[in-house]
Amino acid sequence: MRVLNRTAGRLSRHRRGPLAGLAVLLLGLLISGSLYTAFAPAQAQSQASETDQIAQGKELFLTSCAFCHGKNGEGVPTVRDGYQIGPSLVGVGAAAVDFQVGTGRMPMAQPGAQAPRKKVAFDDDEVAALAAYVASLGPGPAIPDESDYSIEGMSEEEREEAITRGGQIFLTNCTACHNFNGAGGAMPRGGYAPNLHGVQGKYIYEALLTGPQNMPNFSNGNLSPEEKRDVIAYLGSIQDTPEYAGFTLGGLGPVSEGLFAWILGIGGLVGAAVWIASHTTRSKKDKVNA
Amino acid sequence: MSVDTSKVATSNRTDAATASKPSPAGSLASWADDRLGLATAMKKNLRKVFPDHWSFMLGEIALWSFVVLLLTGVFLTLWFDPSMGEVTYEGSYDQLRGIDMSSAMASALHISFDVRGGLLMRQMHHWAAMIFIASMMVHLLRVAFTGAYRKPRELNWVIGCILLLLGTLEGFTGYSLPDDLLSGTGIRAADGFLKATPVAGTYMSFLLFGGEFPGESIIPRLYIVHVLLIPGILLALIAAHMLLLVYHKHTQWPGPGRTEQNVVGYPMLPVYAAKAGGFFFMVFGVIALMGGLMSINPVWKFGPYDPTKVTAGSQPDWYMGWPDGLLRIMPSHMETVIFGYTISWNVLIPILLVPPLMLVILMLLPFVEGWITGDKRDHHLLQRPRNAPTRTAVMVALMTFYGLAWAAGGNDIIAIKLHASINQITYFMRGAIFLGPLLAFWITRRWCISLQRSDNEKLLHGYETGIITRSASGQYAERHLPINPTSAYTLTARDRDEIYAVEGDTDASGVAAPNSRSEKVRARLSSWMYQHNVQKPTRAELEEGHHHAEHEAELQSGLDHPADGHQFDDHRLRDTDEVPLRDH
Repeated sequence: MRVLNRTAGRLSRHRRGPLAGLAVLLLGLLISGSLYTAFAPAQAQSQASETDQIAQGKELFLTSCAFCHGKNGEGVPTVRDGYQIGPSLVGVGAAAVDFQVGTGRMPMAQPGAQAPRKKVAFDDDEVAALAAYVASLGPGPAIPDESDYSIEGMSEEEREEAITRGGQIFLTNCTACHNFNGAGGAMPRGGYAPNLHGVQGKYIYEALLTGPQNMPNFSNGNLSPEEKRDVIAYLGSIQDTPEYAGFTLGGLGPVSEGLFAWILGIGGLVGAAVWIASHTTRSKKDKVNA
Repeated sequence: MSVDTSKVATSNRTDAATASKPSPAGSLASWADDRLGLATAMKKNLRKVFPDHWSFMLGEIALWSFVVLLLTGVFLTLWFDPSMGEVTYEGSYDQLRGIDMSSAMASALHISFDVRGGLLMRQMHHWAAMIFIASMMVHLLRVAFTGAYRKPRELNWVIGCILLLLGTLEGFTGYSLPDDLLSGTGIRAADGFLKATPVAGTYMSFLLFGGEFPGESIIPRLYIVHVLLIPGILLALIAAHMLLLVYHKHTQWPGPGRTEQNVVGYPMLPVYAAKAGGFFFMVFGVIALMGGLMSINPVWKFGPYDPTKVTAGSQPDWYMGWPDGLLRIMPSHMETVIFGYTISWNVLIPILLVPPLMLVILMLLPFVEGWITGDKRDHHLLQRPRNAPTRTAVMVALMTFYGLAWAAGGNDIIAIKLHASINQITYFMRGAIFLGPLLAFWITRRWCISLQRSDNEKLLHGYETGIITRSASGQYAERHLPINPTSAYTLTARDRDEIYAVEGDTDASGVAAPNSRSEKVRARLSSWMYQHNVQKPTRAELEEGHHHAEHEAELQSGLDHPADGHQFDDHRLRDTDEVPLRDH
């Protein structure tokens, strides 16, 4: 019955386990450590780490970004007027870097109409370091805080209002390129507005703020931070709402609907016609030629 | 050939058969017949014979999907409110609650989310509409490719073309009704097309919209056109189309026993009533499945129409896609300013000129063909597409034009899905829309002619057995066997093409014959149409061929199917009597 009576076989019921002392020691260290982090004078420490971060960012920038953006992020112009290998990054802010590098768009694999989203090349710390470095080149939009784009902590009613408002803002400003479902759309010369499904709120917020690639810039004067938040809430809500109508067929509108009407509808019904015509109504199997 | 004894009576009863008491259904039928004279009317029609082929059932898909449209449409009218009066949406769909919209949009949302089965009905109605027009089109292609539109069916062809046009308009008025963002964009486009009409455009637009776009009249007006005017004409024309079908009798494929004077097939009752009835349930089932499982026109995601908004992927339903495609590939700068008035060729050509022109070309096809061939006979036997190479090629060229324009209407979706540049797609289409049909015409015609040659090969030299033999000298040759008489009959059951020649443009005294210019054109067209065709072998050629194949023909004498070719070697199929199964 050792399973039930755990003290059976021990010398004393009051005697501690052999690891208890170690556990208490670790707990003590953890508590004191976290208390220190919480209450320690933060200023000097973070300034030092920021300088470190910028230095680390510069290091990364020189190896991964400088070829196109220049050694000091000043951009590399080509011989053709107005064309650049890479634009100047002075003043684009940390938000732009967090968006471009955090979604894997930068560094670009090859020049092209648009940098596609791909596997992220850097880890979170490195992205932060790059962002800090580029932010140090000139004042620009900072990486938004989660409270900027989340509707957590709002009442049910406020949330619903935010979503409804966000839907109208989305339909007015975004659907022309990104489609009514956020499924994306075509832009001139091989460019495209990407699919917004599954994109983190932070990146949508940063994209609105910095206007990457073909996208216009929705500054805070244009779309207030609350309006940006509402758009993100709406996009989240149409992804969370069950598809009442069944398979969305890509959510691309009438073109994919037409494709399915022809392939499944007409294809299936012509198949049915072939089946009916190849069977007589006789119960015997052999075909009567008529 | 064995004798078919399945239809010989097997009973040898000795007592006389007596009439039993009539069944309740029988007495009801007599009751009705005594008063309505049904038996006389039905006797002939219930036994009406239809030939059996899958391609003869394509028009039926259209008929049955039209029935589904009527049924689901009636359901929708019970809740739909065709009004542009503004209301605040307070229904079940969270993301739009509290938004101002028209009653039309609000009631479309109400049907979708708050009426039991409403969304299913809406989606079925929409899918049925897509299938209705698509099946009319495949039916049209079958009729054209088999030459079924020749005399006496030219007018039924014209009725069919009008049905296609009306179906398209019915579809357009239908998807414009919910007043969502997509349908509003469509109406906006239609307004632009009207206004592109020189001189009268603005007046026409004001007349349709009851003032400046969008106004408050367009939805109620489209509604009455959609639920009363067009369906009424559609019903009448469908009735006329089918009455003519009954009057002309159905066409059939040529074959032994089938002539221009008879129809070989099964009677309406019980066979075709069961087949057609069963097909109705299949069409209904497919549409119900699509309506239940696949989203179509999710108006709640589009939101209410607002002229300041637009969405990517704003396309019309598929059947309006090809004019949209022509519009998309039209160079946008083509405008002429005359006395301060702009003529918008960039809208005029792709929307107001080419689509009506295409429809007219389509309607005239049987008449033009009839004029060139000068053929005034009735035709009830169909032609295989290969045996009318020019007609087939013309149809394929028209299809190619349609298909390219259609694809251009989805250029943005093609661009994002194939990672291509929308500009390059547009440039490609601008060339392809002219070159594609020509290329398609040429390839199809050569293809048909090759198939005609292959048929002649089969008739004269038999079919390829797949048996390769090596002669004593080491030569390899594939053995051929004659095809069976049924196939040979079917392959030769076609007319020889006669190229029309003008007999002389002046008479004996040197006076020009009347119509000589048009006759010359006709002769030239006739030669263009027929000169490359391969004609079926003559009797002498066939006999010559048979003489050559006498030895091979012997191999299959007594068989009721073509020989399999293994008569030449030792691999012929044996049954178990000859070769016992392995014993173990």
